[in-house]
Amino acid sequence: MAGAAAVALVLRRRWPRYALRAATATCFAVMLLPIFFVCWLSFFKNEILSFPPEGYTLRWFTSLWLQPQFADGFVTSLEVALLAMLGGLAVGIPASLALVRSELPMRETLNTLLLSPLVVPGIVIGTSLYFFLIDVEIATELPLTGSMAGLVFGHVLVTIPWTVRLIAANLIGIDRAIEEAAMNLGADRLRTLLRVTLPVIRPGVVAAALFSFVVSFGNLELSLFLVSPGETTLPIAILQYLEWKIDPTIAAVSLIQIAIISAAMVGTNRFVRLSQVV
Amino acid sequence: MSSVRLQSVSKIYGDQRAVSDFTLEIAEGEFLVLLGPSGCGKTTTLRMIAGFVEPSAGRILFGDRDVTDLPSYHRNTGLVFQGYALFPHLSVFENVAFGLRMRRLERAAIEKRVREALRLVRLEALAERMPRQLSGGQQQRVALARALVIEPEILLLDEPLSNLDAKLREEVRVEIRQLQRRLGLTTVMVTHDQEEALSVADRLVVMSNGEIQQIGTQRELYNAPANQFVASFIGRTNFLSGAMIGPQRFRTESGLEISVASAAAPERLLAIRPERVRLGNANGAANSFAGTVEFVSYLGATTEYVVRLASGDALAVEMHNDRAGNVELFTVGSQIRVAWDPDACQLIA
Repeated sequence: MAGAAAVALVLRRRWPRYALRAATATCFAVMLLPIFFVCWLSFFKNEILSFPPEGYTLRWFTSLWLQPQFADGFVTSLEVALLAMLGGLAVGIPASLALVRSELPMRETLNTLLLSPLVVPGIVIGTSLYFFLIDVEIATELPLTGSMAGLVFGHVLVTIPWTVRLIAANLIGIDRAIEEAAMNLGADRLRTLLRVTLPVIRPGVVAAALFSFVVSFGNLELSLFLVSPGETTLPIAILQYLEWKIDPTIAAVSLIQIAIISAAMVGTNRFVRLSQVV
Repeated sequence: MSSVRLQSVSKIYGDQRAVSDFTLEIAEGEFLVLLGPSGCGKTTTLRMIAGFVEPSAGRILFGDRDVTDLPSYHRNTGLVFQGYALFPHLSVFENVAFGLRMRRLERAAIEKRVREALRLVRLEALAERMPRQLSGGQQQRVALARALVIEPEILLLDEPLSNLDAKLREEVRVEIRQLQRRLGLTTVMVTHDQEEALSVADRLVVMSNGEIQQIGTQRELYNAPANQFVASFIGRTNFLSGAMIGPQRFRTESGLEISVASAAAPERLLAIRPERVRLGNANGAANSFAGTVEFVSYLGATTEYVVRLASGDALAVEMHNDRAGNVELFTVGSQIRVAWDPDACQLIA
């Protein structure tokens, strides 16, 4: 009797802590279970998904390379992601410098503007970019719709909020005096930028690059509108495959994609603690 | 090395006068200290000399060269920053070499001069370390070597000791002073610490509210302060307000009549340094008053007293403990006499 009373007392005192732990565990489960199932499914032997599996196989991974749409999509996604990464840095680095170091008027407005692609749903950006590119094409006769340039341009747009946030956060943490020290020692503004500022914010730049890559590599909504006829990116290939068939091939593709993105995230985290910026 | 001239230099931020009408000539090889509380404009003045702040008015000359419109990277000053501002991504060697690389010196010359500079600050052994692997004192010396290696026309020190602990601070300031003498460096240092300022300077500029309060040597500032601000900022002092009532005669508002040495005009304030007041033996003194000891604090070399005079004024008194036992003479509540000579009185407008 006394034992039960003691347990009840402990429970009463500690229930908030247990409740918090339970809630945390539930959240993690909700987030991680789909990923776990995708990984698990990709090794199922049976073609039609059913539980429990009839056995395990690696055949979905090997057959993957025999299906050109996945290989092509992978290469296109890789190309686009790399170009979008470079484009994101080309905008993000100068923009961060302007936001953090200059005394531009309207810096707050500029900041909001640069972060705005985060707020607009991807599908809306995709649609509007598509119409925009058509208009530009009509006006200038440049072949923009369905071109690689148009696709990369769209992807750069969605990487900008990330590059700006990551690089600006890094820049804010840097003592301005080291730039003054460089100028005091005879470095003009350009050399100060190249020899001191950029090397010092390298972690932020690397993180921004990797993050841009991830954002672009996994993007579906923009690519749907901007990809050229006959071309395909990996997420589009997955979507198209799913329209006809659900078998572990998709799980295998996804596993590869998840692996690449996780690797990039873990890499990024080595340079900048993502939890502090995102 | 060259001399530095500031001619009516001002800096105005919005409607705030950070520095107003600052005129000063710093001789070649002189160690000048800008001293004042925070916000007095001393750092702004230093940053104008370095070229980081553009003066709103006035000219700045190094020797005969007008540098007012030159950017910092064309001025050839060596600045030691308060937080040292070492390049975190470069080794000690590369930090020191930076200025020489910017000047496009040959590899061999850079190597030689960097080694020399590091030897000067006794850090040869740590050339390959990264800044974060150094102690505060070592970082400070790297910053100094980095500023000196470019053979600057002027060495600028922005609160160079404020990040060091007390013991190291004393050591480093002696080192900086010796180095400055040996190399004959024209030096401008900014500090809010009067002890630090007094210990290294050839000449000091006391600043407050963006204006020069007084320029002079330590002795001049201490013994002939130009105003109440300087008198209270440099050392400790007792102030008695009142007016002159005759030649060499001052009468305080509390009714004390005091003999003073000088007979200047409409002074309203009398300052007496605590160490100039004697306790006890008032034989033949021109100024001698009765009082009660209110507070005693024994500080080893000296003992400080607060004495309440019959007039109601409280007087801080500092006595040297040169004779064993004199501490015992006065305790709280002792009825005593205080005395001082007319020439101990500083009259301030």
